[in-house]
Amino acid sequence: MKKALFYIVSLFVFGLVLAACQPQTVEVTRVVTETEEVEVTRVVTETVVEEGEEVEVTRVVEVPAESEVITIEYWQYFFDARVDAMNRLIQQFEAENPDVRVIHNSDIPYADFRDKIAASAPANVGPDVATLFYGWIPAWVDAGYLIPLPEEVYTREEIAEQFSPMVLQSELDGEFWAVPTAVRTLALFWNKDLFEAAGLDPEQPPTNLDELVEMAQLLTEYDDAGNILIQGFPVAPPGQAHHWFREVLVRQYGGVPYSEDNRTVLYNSPEGCEAFTYMVQFETELNTGSNDLFEDATQAFLQGKSAIHIDGSFRIGSIATNAPDLNYGVIELPVTNDIQSTFGSYWTHGITRKAAEDPARLDASIRFLKFITTAESGAIWVDKVGELPAQLTAAADEDLLADPILGPFAAGLPYANATFFVDESEQRQVIIDAYDAVRLTDADPCEALNEAAEREQALLDEFWADR
Amino acid sequence: MISLSIRQRQVMWAYIFLFVPMLFFIFIRIMPTLSAFNISLHDWNPLAEEQTFVGLANYQQLWEDLQDSNSVTRKAFVNTFQYVIVGMPLQLVIALGIALLLNEIKRFSTFFRAVYFLPFVTSTVAISWVWRWLYQPQYGFFNVVLSFFGLSQQPFLKHPDQALYSITAVVVWQGLGFAIIIFLAGLKQIPQIYYEAAIIDGATRLQKFRYVTIPLLNTTLVYLAVLQTISFLRMFDYVINMTTQGDGGPLGSTTTVTLRVYREAFSSFDMGYASALTVALFAIILVITIIQLRLFSTID
Repeated sequence: MKKALFYIVSLFVFGLVLAACQPQTVEVTRVVTETEEVEVTRVVTETVVEEGEEVEVTRVVEVPAESEVITIEYWQYFFDARVDAMNRLIQQFEAENPDVRVIHNSDIPYADFRDKIAASAPANVGPDVATLFYGWIPAWVDAGYLIPLPEEVYTREEIAEQFSPMVLQSELDGEFWAVPTAVRTLALFWNKDLFEAAGLDPEQPPTNLDELVEMAQLLTEYDDAGNILIQGFPVAPPGQAHHWFREVLVRQYGGVPYSEDNRTVLYNSPEGCEAFTYMVQFETELNTGSNDLFEDATQAFLQGKSAIHIDGSFRIGSIATNAPDLNYGVIELPVTNDIQSTFGSYWTHGITRKAAEDPARLDASIRFLKFITTAESGAIWVDKVGELPAQLTAAADEDLLADPILGPFAAGLPYANATFFVDESEQRQVIIDAYDAVRLTDADPCEALNEAAEREQALLDEFWADR
Repeated sequence: MISLSIRQRQVMWAYIFLFVPMLFFIFIRIMPTLSAFNISLHDWNPLAEEQTFVGLANYQQLWEDLQDSNSVTRKAFVNTFQYVIVGMPLQLVIALGIALLLNEIKRFSTFFRAVYFLPFVTSTVAISWVWRWLYQPQYGFFNVVLSFFGLSQQPFLKHPDQALYSITAVVVWQGLGFAIIIFLAGLKQIPQIYYEAAIIDGATRLQKFRYVTIPLLNTTLVYLAVLQTISFLRMFDYVINMTTQGDGGPLGSTTTVTLRVYREAFSSFDMGYASALTVALFAIILVITIIQLRLFSTID
């Protein structure tokens, strides 16, 4: 009995000591003045980076009475760097807007994000401001889940002027529905050590599609039985290759993936077929790798088992964490027929129906959304997450463009294209299936592509039917 | 106050205790099931505020999809039946074989039983991932073994011709332990006198098995067949974990009805169609179960 008591007391003391060690960032003092009014001030200590050094800045702000504080909820999926970056932005936002408190819900695994949103909506709980993939905008708008972007956040002119052109492409029904902090583009990663081992110049990655074919073959290493030891270039349709095909290769071969109004699939043209044939040849004829080997193409690159890899800027973070010693470089996507293109995409933030129900919450949500999408916020984001600022002023930053890793992604921003998705996962699936049909069942590339186009057109027709 | 006898009070308390799980069943099982019927009659987007009633439109869509030989929905139904047709008998035959052997041995029988039962108590997700790695092309365990014996490597999960069978093998393997234990229990219940009588009549081993064991195992067989059929019809977790990004591929060759339900409901936000699929699956399970119960229990 005595022993148990001893343990409980020591635990309590230990807890107290721990609590005392916590850095005190916010101090609230209440001063009762003669008129009996309660005046509250808050001392905010912020960590600010000045000239590369972290400096603590303390200031005093007025805090409204507890009853006037509006609480809003913000949701995003869990990804360490994103959570950190957003916590930082929320801290700054709350310091500047003491009447708003933001609940940050990021305890949602990436794969479950849509499920959780879908489960929260019928119960009318959930986010006031939500982060969503831009490709989901049409579906969310269709359901009436998002409200049109209020003019107080940005007007159409402001978006056209200040944001990367791909953001303009998410206009729907004559309105904007969401606005991003950061955007991503695709570029080509190459493993310098493997280039050297294959007798190639480690500083000369492929710059056009012919060189890509040539180098991919030189870089692939086989054992005696013909098994691949090192992949020159594995194509990964479930990864980024379906984007590479639609928005890059089709355009480079002189075609267009979709009609101007996004209602018609056009990649099943002779040009599109040429592009598709180019893409599948790496696996079907040249045997330079496969997404089936080494778990997938991304893992293969991280493990140093593939020499060339096409991926987005978001991969930089996972390389830094999972393969810090990888000796790699990044360059803009290879060109052909003098046409440069890359796929642009972004996670964007919208205001939900729930926020719009209460004017005070709507106002707080508007201020919050505006705050997290400024050029300054974008600059913080690029530091923490490796995604590029969505605002052009921040993305055109000279330091950013000169950065050997981030620079090529930033350089792609002016010519990046974003696909208009109505059902992103199904639209991706049709390209994956076309690719699989060619490599696994010897289907004719053009016929497989026609079938994909037919299936995708059905999805588009369904979406546009009631508009 | 009415005075109750001890017996009456016991009964009353039994009902009170039964009431609690009943509440659970009503609100967690039965109501959602009924609500799925309701949802299937709507164009139901979980994100939307209002859901429009569309009558049988979702079922009509389902009917059309089932007739379209290229549709994923049709593939899902065909695959699901294939899992049942291949997996269920295979599992019963292997489990019965092992149970008969285990019934013979005295030494280490507990050890063997534990070994066979172990996969059943392991998480399906863990098992799926381990097998996914075992099946890997080139460096997966099976392919290394094949190469070692000079045999050609196989794509297993990566080819539409092999993927479904590769997954079925895992399901059969994991479910063996459970079926074996049930069979063993059934075997132990068969009175020895029947076998003794059969021996006196001069029955061979095979005849003993055919005329004594099988008929007296009938109830066990029916129970297992129904249970395994239902579990194969509801297959989801193996497929979502063993295929690339859980897409039921390659080329939809492993996708199942429940996986389609999930994708339609939570990727395409079409709860109405997804519910129509669940209702169809419910009807199929019901019919198959009734047929099996009738068929097997009349063989006596």
